[in-house]
Order: sequence, then C-alpha cells, then structure tokens
Amino acid sequence: MLIQIKQLNKTYKLGEIEVPALKEADLSIEKNEYVAIMGPSGSGKSTLMNILGCLDVLTDGEYILNDQNVSSLSDDELADIRNKEIGFVFQTFNLLPRANALHNVELPLIYNGTPRVKRHELAKQALERVGLGDRVHHKPNELSGGQRQRVAIARALINNPSIILADEPTGNLDSKIGEEIMEIFEELSKAGNTIIIVTHEEYIAKHCKRIIRLLDGKIVSDVRN
Amino acid sequence: MAWTALKAHKLRSLLTTLGILIGVTTIITIWTTIEGLNQYVYGQLSNIGASTLYIQKWPWSGGGEWWKYRNRKDITYKEYEAVEKYSTLADYISPQVISVKTVSYKNNKYENVIINGTNDDYSETSNVYPDIGRFLTELDVNNNVPVCVLGSETAENLFKDENPIGRRIKIGSDKYRVVGILEKKGSFFGQSMDNQVIVPIGTFRRVYGGHRGLTIAVKTAHPELLEEMKEELRGIMRRDRKIKPGKEDDFSLNQMDMLSDMYAQLTTTLFAIVFVIGGISLLVGGIGIMNIMLVSVTERTREIGIRKAIGAKRKNILRQFLIEAVVISSVGGFIGIIIGYFGGMAVLAQMDLTTGVSITSIAIGFGFSSTVGVLAGFYPAFKASKLNPIESLRYE
Repeated sequence: MLIQIKQLNKTYKLGEIEVPALKEADLSIEKNEYVAIMGPSGSGKSTLMNILGCLDVLTDGEYILNDQNVSSLSDDELADIRNKEIGFVFQTFNLLPRANALHNVELPLIYNGTPRVKRHELAKQALERVGLGDRVHHKPNELSGGQRQRVAIARALINNPSIILADEPTGNLDSKIGEEIMEIFEELSKAGNTIIIVTHEEYIAKHCKRIIRLLDGKIVSDVRN
Repeated sequence: MAWTALKAHKLRSLLTTLGILIGVTTIITIWTTIEGLNQYVYGQLSNIGASTLYIQKWPWSGGGEWWKYRNRKDITYKEYEAVEKYSTLADYISPQVISVKTVSYKNNKYENVIINGTNDDYSETSNVYPDIGRFLTELDVNNNVPVCVLGSETAENLFKDENPIGRRIKIGSDKYRVVGILEKKGSFFGQSMDNQVIVPIGTFRRVYGGHRGLTIAVKTAHPELLEEMKEELRGIMRRDRKIKPGKEDDFSLNQMDMLSDMYAQLTTTLFAIVFVIGGISLLVGGIGIMNIMLVSVTERTREIGIRKAIGAKRKNILRQFLIEAVVISSVGGFIGIIIGYFGGMAVLAQMDLTTGVSITSIAIGFGFSSTVGVLAGFYPAFKASKLNPIESLRYE
C-alpha cells in the first residue's frame, strides 16, 4: 500500500474558532493508481491534497506514505519527503519566472544535492519526455500555457516520485490543450506512475480510474471506473 | 541564483548598495592615503637612525610648554666634551652646530646653504658617506683645518662639470678646500639634505663664534643598549649641569621613536575618526540592505513557496537570501575598494607620493561589506525561511 490514511482530522484555527476541514477520513491508495479527487469548493479537497502532498500536517489520525509514518514530522523532514516522494503540478504552473525551463526542471535536484552535470542531463531527459526537448533554454514567458504545464510536469517527474499530485492541472488551459496534458498523465500512468488529480471538472475526472468525492470535509463516495 | 535575482533589479540593487559603497570608499581612501604617508614618513624617519640619540634643548614631542623649553640653557661645547670624556656606551659622538650662509665658487653664488659644523663621527651618526673624495678626518677636526665636504646638490650647483675635489670655495668671505662630495640623500620632510656644506666644528666656531647652541648626536653600534646609553647620557648631562636629584632635566634626549610614536598617535586618531564615519555609512547601508531584502522576500513569497514545495529546507532558503544580501553589499564593497584606492592615490598624488595596492585594504573592504551583508540579510532571510509553503503558494 502506497498511501494509508486512518481517521484523519484536520482543524484550522481562526482566532478562537475551530473550523474542521476534514473529518475522520479514511483512504488507501495503491501504487500505480490513477485517482481523481472531486468536490465543490469548501469540501476539503485542497486540505486533503495539502496533507497528501506533505505541505501540511494533520490534526489527528495517521498518514502512512510508502511505509513511513509522516503524521508528525518537522518542517525540514517534510521538505525532504516532498523532495523524494512527491511531484507537484499546479493550476498556475508555479514556475520560477526568471529561470529557463532547464533550471526550473532541475530545481528539485539542487535540493537533494545532485551534481550539476547529472542534474542537467536528467532535466533534459525529463523535458524530452514531455515533448519539450527543443525548449530547454526558454523562459516561462517565452512558452505557451500548455508548454509551461509540461515544464511543470517534467519538474514533477524528475525525482521519480512515488506520487504525482496535480491540483487542477488544466484549470488555466483551454480544453484542447487540457486534453493534451491529460494524455501525458495517461501515458505516465501507463508507465507505472501513481497519479492523483484534484479537479472539479467531470470530463477530467473521467480520465481517471478511480474517483473520490468529498463534501463538507467527508469522503462521500469512492468509485472505480 | 543570487545574480539572476539581482540582475532583475539592477538599479534597485545599485541604489541599495550605495551606503556600503560610500562607507567602503571612505575607509579605503583614507587607508590608502595613510599607507602611502606611512611609507613616506617611516622611510624618512629611518634616515634619523633608530640607534642614535640627540641631546638638544628642545624636545621633538611634548608641545604646549614651549616657554619652559625656551628658557632652557643651550647645549654647550663643554657639555659635548663631557659626553665625549665620560660616556662608555657611545660609539660615535658628533656635536653639530648650524648656520645658513651664502656659498660661492668663482662667479657661481648660492644663498641659503646650510653650513654644518661637526666632527668626523657625523658620517656615522647621520648615515652620510662620501661619494667622491673623503669625509672630515680627526686630523681636520683637531687642527681646525679649513676644509669642507659638500652635499651633492651644492656641489652640482657650484661646479657643474668641473671636478670639485681640491678646489677652494668661499663661505661668506672665508675660503675652504673641498675634500669630498656626499652621496645623494634626497629630502627630509620636504627639506633637501643635499644642499649643505660640512666643515670641522672648531673651524666653524672660530669663524662664526662659539656661542651657538649645539645638538649632540650619540650613536651606539648596539641598538639593544640604547636605553642604557640614554640613562648614562642623562647622568653625564645632569652632573655637568649640577641638577639636584628630584629636579627635572633641563635638556632633551630625543630619539626617532618619539617622532614615530607621535606620528603613530596622529594616524591612530585619524583611523578612529574614519572608522566612525565609515561605520555610520556602513550602518546606514546595512539598514538599506535589510529594507530591500524584506521587500524582496515579500515580492518573492510565491517563489519561496515553490521552492519549499519541491523540497527546499529552511537552511536552503536562508542561505539563498543571505547570499543575495552578501552579494549586494560585496558589489558595493568591491566598487568602494576601487574608487577608494584611486581616491587615496589622488590624495597622495597631491603630495607627490604613491603607494601600491594593499591586500590589507582589500581584505578590510570585503570584510566590512560582507559582514554588513550577513548582518543585514539575516533577519529577512530568516523570515523567508520560516514562511509557510501553502500560504506562500497562494500569495498573489
């Protein structure tokens, strides 16, 4: 089992008031699954994604990722897990605007101490894999939205993470380009990657093999296609 | 990485570093100037010789109480004789008496030449040696022979191409035979040491009178005995002048140390002032850097979020912003070192002096600017390192 979440609770404190974002969630995801997490805004899907991505810690319960209990790690330990285990793809791409594609893709390798030459080689391979072998030295503002998202996917792939976590990856793209991005995810899934996509669009969720729906901080359905 | 960020805000980074630039420029300008002056002054002082003491009426340092010194008795020839007789530690003793006269040879006439009445030891006590011919001898001195040794400049002025040795020159209206020409010595604090005529002291006293005050220069061949010799000379002088125990000396024992100490004190004060001024600009510069780094951290909140999301630890973020702050201030420091060096050279050029590039001043420039960078950059960098990745990623 790759991901195991048991009785997860997450509560935010807004001054004196405690706002529950996730309530007693149980969830297991196997290796090489292709999962969509859906729900209206405020349903807790972003919170779930932050916890799955080790960007946030849970209030109580247990989260085991790749046989490792990550429920209560320190900031730096979580940073390490994110670096090794998780590849993020964001709605707004989140590339460094002043760095070229190569540098953006190699960034995770800088933080785990990979030597420069190896970094460049791996980053080039990752860019080729998403079809941007000829855009290595372009900066984000010289690339189209679809190309930017491909750079982001290349960055997510570079460390061979256990999970690729995509948050509305097609939200800022038109539907034709969105389809192209989804095709890349499909290929990655076929190649053995575990992919979790957070979305509120049904046609995106249709691409996935399993759809988990949230409402008011609870998992209300979990269906395999 | 730091460069990319700085290049994106060229003007801003440059303005930010202006405080550092001015601070370092001030420090390096003065540092370079003082270094040039040091080379000159200590070079000049070495002419005096560290192992020579001067018995004189006036002290070289101690200012202020000039009326006290003015009322002192002149140093007399009799006292020179007492020193000559009783000193056991002195290896060379030369009495010196000075006057300014007009010197002539045939139709060549020169005014304001220093006439120096002394003995054969003068060559050793003052480190002057003949280039051509010979110096005064004991025989010249004991017999008051009318011979003279010329400074190189005086010789050139009077004789042009003619060989001066054996020629007779006139000092005032008295004739002297030239026996030697001194090596070129250059100038001592702006005064040429090559424009002088040295004659035996007895001859000087006979011609110009024996009432003038003397300087007695005493040199030891063993510099480690200088302090002991000083006490011996003090004893001889006090006994000769019959100064009661407990009363203070009414003469001065001068030595090079006094001048170098005085000069060192002056430069220390100057350094202190400069470091205060430079320090203030560096402080202001540091505040500027801290301010701009705080702005930069806020502007780049999203970038920090991205970096954290993909695995940057706190120390990575801390280091990134710290390096950026150090780079900004070091650029200021670097420019400051260059401007400061040329500034210092320009000041020195006014005095016809020069100096080399000193490693110390470069080290000081970089040391100060990078320290300011680290200190000013630390808080903003620390703040950046503690940002929450989720909130940072949402930051617009």
